[in-house]
Amino acid sequence: MNEILRHPSAEAELPTGAPVNMSRRGFLLGSAGVAAGALVIGFGLPVGTARAQDAAAKVAPGTRVPAFLEIRPDNTARLMSPFVEGGQGVFTAMAQIVGEELDMDPQSFVVENAPTGPDYLVVFGKMRITGGSMSVRTSYDTMRHLGASARAMMIEAAATRLGVPAAELTTEPGQVVHAASSRKVSYGELAGDALNLPVPAADSVKLRDPSQFRWIGKPVKRLDMYDKSTGRAIYGIDTKVDGMLHAAVQHAPRLGMTVASIRNEDVVKAMKGVHSVHKLDGAVAVVAERWWNAKRAVEALQVQWNEAGAEAKGKGIRVMPADFSTAAFADRLAKEPGAGKDAEKEGDAAGVLASAKTVVSATYHSQYLHHAQLEPPSTLARFNDDGSLDLWMPNQAPEMFQADIAKMTGLDASKVNVHSPLLGGFFGRHFLYKSANPYPQAIQLAKETGKPIKLIWTREEEFLRDPMRPMAAVRFRGALDETGMPIAIEAISVCEGPTEGISGHNPDKMDPTALEGLTGKDYAIPNKRIAQLYVENPTMLAYWRSVGNSMNDFLYESFLDELADKGGQDPYELRLKLLKDNPRLSNLLKAAGEMSGGWKRGPYTAADGTRRARGVGMASPFGSYTAAIAEVSIKAGEIVVHEVWEAIDPGSIVNPAIIDAQIQSAVALGLSQVLLEEAVYEKGVPVARNYDLYPILPPSRMPRVHARIVESGEKMGGIGEPGLPAIPPAVANAVSTLTGQRIRSMPLSHYTFEA
Amino acid sequence: MQLQINNKTHEVDADGDTPLLWVIRDNLGMTGTKYGCGLAQCGACSVLVDGEIVRSCVTPLDSVIGRSVTTIEAIETDPVGKAVVAAWVNHQVPQCGYCQSGQVMAATALLKQTPNPTEDDIAAAMVNLCRCGTYNFIKTAVNEVAGRKEASL
Repeated sequence: MNEILRHPSAEAELPTGAPVNMSRRGFLLGSAGVAAGALVIGFGLPVGTARAQDAAAKVAPGTRVPAFLEIRPDNTARLMSPFVEGGQGVFTAMAQIVGEELDMDPQSFVVENAPTGPDYLVVFGKMRITGGSMSVRTSYDTMRHLGASARAMMIEAAATRLGVPAAELTTEPGQVVHAASSRKVSYGELAGDALNLPVPAADSVKLRDPSQFRWIGKPVKRLDMYDKSTGRAIYGIDTKVDGMLHAAVQHAPRLGMTVASIRNEDVVKAMKGVHSVHKLDGAVAVVAERWWNAKRAVEALQVQWNEAGAEAKGKGIRVMPADFSTAAFADRLAKEPGAGKDAEKEGDAAGVLASAKTVVSATYHSQYLHHAQLEPPSTLARFNDDGSLDLWMPNQAPEMFQADIAKMTGLDASKVNVHSPLLGGFFGRHFLYKSANPYPQAIQLAKETGKPIKLIWTREEEFLRDPMRPMAAVRFRGALDETGMPIAIEAISVCEGPTEGISGHNPDKMDPTALEGLTGKDYAIPNKRIAQLYVENPTMLAYWRSVGNSMNDFLYESFLDELADKGGQDPYELRLKLLKDNPRLSNLLKAAGEMSGGWKRGPYTAADGTRRARGVGMASPFGSYTAAIAEVSIKAGEIVVHEVWEAIDPGSIVNPAIIDAQIQSAVALGLSQVLLEEAVYEKGVPVARNYDLYPILPPSRMPRVHARIVESGEKMGGIGEPGLPAIPPAVANAVSTLTGQRIRSMPLSHYTFEA
Repeated sequence: MQLQINNKTHEVDADGDTPLLWVIRDNLGMTGTKYGCGLAQCGACSVLVDGEIVRSCVTPLDSVIGRSVTTIEAIETDPVGKAVVAAWVNHQVPQCGYCQSGQVMAATALLKQTPNPTEDDIAAAMVNLCRCGTYNFIKTAVNEVAGRKEASL
């Protein structure tokens, strides 16, 4: 058994109870005496710190096998994933990819999130985030090479062990085989030697021929199902360390405000279990023996808040105006004067629109959305005697959090140990967002109390500080020729993109995440102009599953149906015509049509007597392509979605069962958005602070979902997000067909429908 | 106060109006039961009290004294619970998994009380929220344990 080469203090201690991300297998091993988290028990050569640091200085990400793999005597593997598992199945995908090349059954893997370090910057070989549906597609080759290198090292070690040339050796799952002498040696026996060998040069290892894949491309069972079905899975909110105290916060009602005074601090200090009361930046906190006591006490604090001063701007936060309302802001976006800046331009849209006989104009809206992941944010922070700081917190980018914390605390980054537990959903919530992550508060409280602190935000505090998916108003114009074909389209999106919202607006650049889904459409409309008219939001913005596409494909694809109607064309047939020179997307749309039993727009009367209609939508997000058809009816004034058929072409795939699950999941979130969700602000505060007033899709609104993977063999695309964007327009277009009422905004719960 | 959880009696030092959820998580250190909303909206905190499903985030501690509480940690000691877990794994139900303790508890309560549920029974009992949208997988798994043929998916 070798040990995983990593920063020693990062691994020194895991929360008491169970280690982070401990799987059942790990747990069993742990019980059997091999402590999965305690890597001081090493069977390989001890790895000196100097060697580790030396190697770290010039490491090529994703190449140093011992930083990723530990093979145990019982022939199980422990794999450090550069990507965090938050439901998307990436731990299993990583085991499949590495296992395929290593020649080891993915089911014998235990996968954990890797600590921080240069080894794990495998996204395009230079960075590490879990987002943008990038994990598998950007690291696929790297992780295959890693597995193949490990296999080569096993063979090399076996050659020495057996005293035969490496060329005479082959592998079977989990063992090296010398056919000539009928001898076999398990990886578990070889690991101690093998993983201390130099990693072979990348070009010297041979990758497996894809036609011989046993696990890649197959519906390999996920590795985390049992733990997640029995409450054993450990999330950030579940972590604990000895001696920790619990904390709860009350944020200022509007971002930017600061604490002036607390009127009843002494009364609250005397409340049961209360350890201390703290003033934070724009918040107050109570530390207590138990979280419930902390929560109760912090809510009892009567705080006098100061209005935001000039200093708020320097903190990179946005001051929430006292009169902010989303309704007024939507109105302003729709009416904001200006033609915007070109993002995509072909032909002469303005000229054609000016001279065309038939022009269709409409303004569409998208809404603010909450992530509403079920696990509320938390951070466990502990200062250690050696001056280092351990943090357990949900995050999609450990090195970025580490750098920010180093800057904030003045600690060297090597002293900041970021642990990344399983995520109880993320959908974009756990990137580095100013004012929206609890760790600065937890660190301050740990410093002020001298104790480890676990801070949990209530759902109410989360909905107060959750940064949101941007809202936009898009002014569309389309021109039709005499046959009803679109010949020009113009979309001016009045909005702020999430990236410029987070990282700052640069007037000389465009934010592609503002417009993706308006841009990048493949329809052959000869004249087009897609533009952005930038308007800064008074709210904090964020990435939300499928980012710009989450709204823009709704906006574009719904307007395309308006053009179809105006031109007297069937919307499905129109799309086929506009894609006739694009075989990949024509195939995909036809696949969706075929899955649904042949395109049928309606309205029609279904077997159960309900009046139904179908709508279609397409999207090209994150390197993949989708086409979706939805069937709807109306019951008691509410939209019922009966069926969704969605075809996805991600080029090539790793796990079809996980893709099916991700399509189901993306459909659910897309439906949730189009049917129910909107974060509304009035008088500077969010109206909803919990799921009672911010409903998310309940089981009763979930349709049957039929997913089909169309593997075109093109470049591998993303999976986690691409299933979402085509859903809202498919539903909205179906509703427009059924009711004759044009749907130009979400959610549909704002509309009144006749039964 | 003495609290009966998973067939063990625990001495608990907490006010009677403390939600059962936080007694389970913080006083007893069992973290399988989850906090999602604190308002009985999401169901992530579902546990069994005398076999009935309750949302522990709004269940005061003193209301369960003298009653028998079952959490996800002991679910497999119950034959129906064990079958539910097996179906969850078999159908690969969880994604992020955060709501699934509550979902498994809800399914177990349903199937213990109504071993042969109708589709309406299932819809009425399985109301917990799942942000990952695993609802169809949940339905399939519940149907399997109930031995119900599902309307074709």
